[in-house]
Amino acid sequence: MNSILFLPILPEIFLTIISMFLLILGVFNKGENAYTLVSNLSIISLLITLFFVISGMIPQGLSFGSSLISDDFSIFLKALILTASIAILIVSNIYLKDIRLLKFEYIILILISVIGMMIMVSSNDLITLYLSIELQSLPLYVLASIRNKSLKSTESGLKYFVLGALSSCILLYGLSLIYGYTGSIYYSDMAANIQVSDIGVLVGLAFALAGFAFKISAVPFHMWTPDVYEGSPTTITAFFAIAPKIAALGLIARILITGLPSLIEDWRSILILLSIFSMLLGAFSAIGQSNIKRLLAYSSISHMGFALMGIANGSIEGIRSLCLYLLIYLVMSLAIFISIIALKKENEHVEEINQLSGLSKTNPIMAIILSILLFSLAGIPPLAGFFAKFYVLYAAINAELYYLAIFGVVSSVISAFYYLRIIKIMYFDDSSITFDPISKRLKLLIYTLSAITLLFFIKPSLFLNMADIAASSLFI
Amino acid sequence: MLIMSILFYLFSFIMIGSAFMVVLSRNPVHSVLFLILCFFNSAGIFLILGAEFLAFILVIVYVGAVAVLFLFVVMMLDVEFKSLTSSIISYLPVGMTIGFIILSELMLVLFTWKREYVKIDLDIMEDQNLYTNTEALGLVLYTDNILYFQLAGLILLASMIGAIVLTVNHRPSAKRQSIESQVNRDSKNSIENINIKPGSGI
Repeated sequence: MNSILFLPILPEIFLTIISMFLLILGVFNKGENAYTLVSNLSIISLLITLFFVISGMIPQGLSFGSSLISDDFSIFLKALILTASIAILIVSNIYLKDIRLLKFEYIILILISVIGMMIMVSSNDLITLYLSIELQSLPLYVLASIRNKSLKSTESGLKYFVLGALSSCILLYGLSLIYGYTGSIYYSDMAANIQVSDIGVLVGLAFALAGFAFKISAVPFHMWTPDVYEGSPTTITAFFAIAPKIAALGLIARILITGLPSLIEDWRSILILLSIFSMLLGAFSAIGQSNIKRLLAYSSISHMGFALMGIANGSIEGIRSLCLYLLIYLVMSLAIFISIIALKKENEHVEEINQLSGLSKTNPIMAIILSILLFSLAGIPPLAGFFAKFYVLYAAINAELYYLAIFGVVSSVISAFYYLRIIKIMYFDDSSITFDPISKRLKLLIYTLSAITLLFFIKPSLFLNMADIAASSLFI
Repeated sequence: MLIMSILFYLFSFIMIGSAFMVVLSRNPVHSVLFLILCFFNSAGIFLILGAEFLAFILVIVYVGAVAVLFLFVVMMLDVEFKSLTSSIISYLPVGMTIGFIILSELMLVLFTWKREYVKIDLDIMEDQNLYTNTEALGLVLYTDNILYFQLAGLILLASMIGAIVLTVNHRPSAKRQSIESQVNRDSKNSIENINIKPGSGI
């Protein structure tokens, strides 16, 4: 147990070495050349890492004492994170050229952040947990403000940094209390040592959950989300909305279920409140938004509420629904963000919802795809988004969390309103802008992702099995 | 032991005195210098306690980095010193209250703490003559805890890249010295004869 086994985290080590190599490569090349080189190489190395992760060649198990664990759950989430980052790097190539921001450091920071996320989902003790969260979020603060000539970008970066640092303090305080009252930093020892009557560990749990809730922007720790999403470059917004959320939810699920299983009643009640508030606030606040990125920010808050519902369940069925939800959320959000990036007019990207008016006449294919994606986000059958919400709600009902399920359905109905409003604007309003033709690479990505969304119902068992394997490894 | 006691009282009195001077001195630069003195004396107390690693870290981090940074900020900012010092009396009640609260909390902890100590298995520290603090820390930091150490290193790398990305500003229009072109200059292509007609410009 105490011997250091490097093999289970070989993908992370590989990615770390590659990122440093690319950093040096970027420094010694100039300008646009450096960006193209670093970007292409990083996409290739992420693909290699993804192949390593899903091929099953890497042995599972504990490494570095028992600081890190590699099991089916972490492999599933790592695959999602890597897929998201590969797609975002491909889109960034096109987007950054449009806004003239070809800095190779952008790629390096994304790579380092991805390493942090991969360690987050396989962290198995409190110190690794905290360090990996920091490793993940520090590059994100910089990425939020990487357009340092734009006031909004700088503002969003500063806001994110200050609030993120504060939440890290709260998280660290909570973790230190948990450590103090359980006497161990390792999840397995924590689970064994915990005394349910101890009030100190409960206080620690509450603080730690507050810190986690900030990372996944659950209400009432969501204040930063709309501003940061609006101010950052759109590719970074897409990255924010997908990858860190997946990593943080995986980390929360692991610490709560393997580390603090005997406190289930306590953390469940906290998570239920977070979940209900997130779903409702996400649904209501999005109604008044005119900026697409702000709207998607509130939409992601609402989705995080649904995902938390899966963890609040606490059973294997709940975690399975969480895994499935994260997979479908990844596909839908990636598709919708890439569509937004694709719609532009002479390097001016769509920002306001009204700019989409009459899209059905000027670009009917994109209008149909956007409608499919928005219907899916709203959870209308038979699209993928419906199945995501269905399994989460089904698991909640099976665990007798009826009121949670009722709030879920109600907020889903409310959120359908603003998704449908965009479709109404696209189909029934007069057209205002004719967009430029979309590049082939983006088209390919958008079509693939929307095809998965549309055709999910034909064989849901394919994805359900993956989610099942991932979830069951958490309960051994 | 007498020398130890003398040293302890010396260090602690200078420390308390300089801590007072940090608050009371009229010139912020003097305040920072007293802060540095305070740090040095606490490092001395750590040395007496046998915690030489903490003493080094205190000097390196607090004196070498934090206090010097303070000094830079204080000297670069053009603060009006007089307006700062005049309001000391008005802060006195708040300061006294906070001091009193902290004092009473300390008393509470000292006199009511009854939690039993957990005996920690300190194999490595058992033979104190074998390792110094620094060696003992190094032995676990680079072996058992190598993962944490490397992760912290990566975090520092990320923050360094971030700081450079956000602040470095490559302006193509900026005029820089080009030594190559200066050296390659000669009289043939730098002097030109032009016939100018009277009454007209170039």
